[in-house]
Amino acid sequence: MQTLLEVRNLKVYYYLEDGIVKAVDGVNFFIRKGETVGLVGESGSGKSTFGLSLLRLVPTPGKIVGGQILFNGTDLARVEERRIRLLRGKRISMVFQDPMTSLNPLMRIEEHLMETIRIQERLTQKEAERRVKTLLSEVGIPPERGKDYPHQFSGGMRQRVGIALGIALNPDLLIADEFTSALDVIVQFQILSLMKKLRASHNMAMIFISHDISLVSEIADKIALMYAGQIVEFAPAVAFFEEHLHPYSRGLLDSVPNIELSDQTLSYIPGMPPDLINPPSGCRFYPRCPEAEDKCREKDPPLIEVKPEYWVKCFKYERKRR
Amino acid sequence: MIDVKYSLSKHIVSGIRAIFPRRTAEYFALIGLILILSIIVMAIFAPLIAPYNPIKKVGDILERPSNKFILGTDGLGRDILSRIIFGARTAILVTFLAISISLSVGVFLGLLSGYIGGKFDSVFSLIMDAVYSFPGLILAIVLTAMLGPGIVNTAIAIAVIYTPTYFRMVRGLVLSLKESLFVEAARAIGARDRTIVFKYIFPNVISSVPIVLSLNAADAVLTLAALSFLGLGLPAPTPDWGFDLKAGHAYLAAKIWWPSTFPGLMIVILTLGFSLLGEGINELLNPELRR
Amino acid sequence: MRMASLKVYIVRRILLAIPMVFILLGIVFLIMRVAGDPVSAILGGHAPQEQIQQIKEQLGLNRPLLIQFFDYLGQLLRGNLGRSLIWGQRPVINEIWDHFPATLELSVCSFIISVIIGIFTGMIAATHPNKPLDHTFRLYGIITYGLFIPWIGIMFQLLFGVYLGLLPIGGRIGTLMEPKIITGLYILDGLLTLDFDSLASAIKHLILPSLTLGIYLSGIYTRLTRTHLMEILEKDFIKAARARGLPEKVVIYRHGLKNAFIPILTMMGLQFALLLVGAVLTEITFSWPGMGSLLFERITYRDFTTVQGTVVFFALIVVTVNLLVDIVYAYIDPRIRY
Repeated sequence: MQTLLEVRNLKVYYYLEDGIVKAVDGVNFFIRKGETVGLVGESGSGKSTFGLSLLRLVPTPGKIVGGQILFNGTDLARVEERRIRLLRGKRISMVFQDPMTSLNPLMRIEEHLMETIRIQERLTQKEAERRVKTLLSEVGIPPERGKDYPHQFSGGMRQRVGIALGIALNPDLLIADEFTSALDVIVQFQILSLMKKLRASHNMAMIFISHDISLVSEIADKIALMYAGQIVEFAPAVAFFEEHLHPYSRGLLDSVPNIELSDQTLSYIPGMPPDLINPPSGCRFYPRCPEAEDKCREKDPPLIEVKPEYWVKCFKYERKRR
Repeated sequence: MIDVKYSLSKHIVSGIRAIFPRRTAEYFALIGLILILSIIVMAIFAPLIAPYNPIKKVGDILERPSNKFILGTDGLGRDILSRIIFGARTAILVTFLAISISLSVGVFLGLLSGYIGGKFDSVFSLIMDAVYSFPGLILAIVLTAMLGPGIVNTAIAIAVIYTPTYFRMVRGLVLSLKESLFVEAARAIGARDRTIVFKYIFPNVISSVPIVLSLNAADAVLTLAALSFLGLGLPAPTPDWGFDLKAGHAYLAAKIWWPSTFPGLMIVILTLGFSLLGEGINELLNPELRR
Repeated sequence: MRMASLKVYIVRRILLAIPMVFILLGIVFLIMRVAGDPVSAILGGHAPQEQIQQIKEQLGLNRPLLIQFFDYLGQLLRGNLGRSLIWGQRPVINEIWDHFPATLELSVCSFIISVIIGIFTGMIAATHPNKPLDHTFRLYGIITYGLFIPWIGIMFQLLFGVYLGLLPIGGRIGTLMEPKIITGLYILDGLLTLDFDSLASAIKHLILPSLTLGIYLSGIYTRLTRTHLMEILEKDFIKAARARGLPEKVVIYRHGLKNAFIPILTMMGLQFALLLVGAVLTEITFSWPGMGSLLFERITYRDFTTVQGTVVFFALIVVTVNLLVDIVYAYIDPRIRY
């Protein structure tokens, strides 16, 4: 399968009054056609910023300051605004977290869809209407309800509308930014099932951004774990959960309590994530890493391909290439 | 030794920086304050600052601005500069009087009505809403016409317009605070109603007042000016900016611009002072958050 | 389903307006009788007792207040506002009707100017945050609120009328003109009767007053538009709209401005009272023969009944406009009525 999107050494900084926040600092990433990558990290790890930067939607005072975002040979980080706009929604689309605020409260649901479709494609009124009806059924919304306003829908239904808007123009890649985080568990499950079904029928690649590792494991083929603005582990999902090679991954997965054991002390990773205005000069996880060495404080480890398709950003694996 | 000096000068610099406004809002508030204080000073020291007696004829009528009469003379030969300086007195006096009355009455009634609730509250709110929605100046015009001229009467007429503003603000806060937990807690430990009102509700209310106060003051200055522009409110020889503005209007066609321009300018300056102050305070207390 | 809930809302809203009208009328009524002695006000306070009593009898001011009030209300419902006390004693309602179109014309024109200037400047400020344009328009918004209308008017008169000689400084139409009157709105009448001289003259006379009032009122809309549009542009659905590839203009106008418009609309309603006040001052400054001038004139002449009638008329206009604004508001924002 060929690579759909490749990101090289991407840097996205926010220029604030207090200093420059290096939200994404040297990220390398790629995704293939039809693949689903789960981009996981805690708040502040830079995952949302990364997602936004792919469509050049990073809000001021943020800027893409370096690196390349290669999509079909075009560098999205450098190309003019006009061309990015043609891509948005049509080749790469993005859906967001909050069902309450992601839709225009003054527009009917079907108007949202009509607008999106008609701006990008030349269809007659009737054709567009038919397309809208199809889309609504595809995401499980009764077509008559298209005349309603967002506030008349429940959270889950609004997210379905979000999905409809995301797939309306048959994009190659869908970026979901904390898409199910505001839903309750049962609805989350339904939405995830729907997304799985749709990615197959539309042959879409997906980048699923979330802080919830277990949720992501339900839907992702590969996991990319972000910490302090960098990807520290990038591996196929099953392998990741079995091996979790980076000390941070180990700390995370170990801290999940085991439901079968009755007596447990909760383990956690000591310390706090680094200040992104003045990140540590060496490995960013150094201050909290139980396996740290002197070398880790001085130099920033590269992403090392430990085995095919499995990258870890840690000196531990420097010579352990298998 | 070097270390001590370094940290000392660093402290001095940051101290100076702290006084100096950084955000736009702080500039606004500072300028506003300066304008207002200058005019208050003008009002207080009027007899000392003004070159001439404001109500006596001291020169020929409608003399151009010159070294003798810096801003010229008006239609009765009075020095405009002196009239403006003394005009500050009426402006400041009436404004502060009106604001004090509307503030105290409005806040008091708001607290009372909000706390008592029930029919009393419904009726009162309706009345206040009616007054609030009615064009203020027209109300003031009718009141001054009926009450007659005079500083106190004018202040009362203006106060009536703004009382509902404070009433509504305070009543709203009282109503929401009434439900809030810490009042419940206070009652649970047996605090008396009066204590509840003063100790708990009052301080919360006070913090919203300064902004409304400045903006109301700006409005009051304009209303007073409008009333005297219409010849209502203050008796004739009293130096008043609005009145002088109107008096100067008649000479416009003859290109005699100075009797109107300067009094009007003062009105604008004082109003601007209050507006900028209010804006500044508003920004400081509720800053525009940038993520 | 949509129409039904709107109708219900309208009915409810009208019912709420009725007590408001009562209270306003009551307040006006009380002020006119209790705050001072209207008859002395009329006669200037030096008249002999018998004359005062005689006039009081004539006006029915000796009866108990409540009876006077209900009598007045009754008259009001029949469209009778009493008669003027001066100059041939025309029915007050006729006096008002003569002056109303002028105020209407001025108000509408100024309102349109203020909204256009306000929304555009606010929009430019909101879309260029923290740049010089933004600061300029923010200052504009603050300054215009502090401008004393008669003063702006006078400065305009000096500049454009006296020194540049471009525009007239008073009145509604050239003194030698005799426009044919259909609606009383000179501009409309000029168009309808194809009397282009009158039309031109009327427009020339309208420019300065409506510009004065328009600029004064625009500041509020600048500030409001700026604040709300900036707030809205930070919202998620704007980000989502951009992510769908919608052109920036569509995003700002259809998604941004439309949502920001609601609080602006509310403000328009709240500002109506300010519009009237401004109109009164503008009319007096420019000798514009509207209801403001009428009010002012009759106060000077102590014409008690006309003054009362005019104030009552103002009250009724305010309540009606507030009612209409609420209804339009409900129509635009579906969240209110569902």
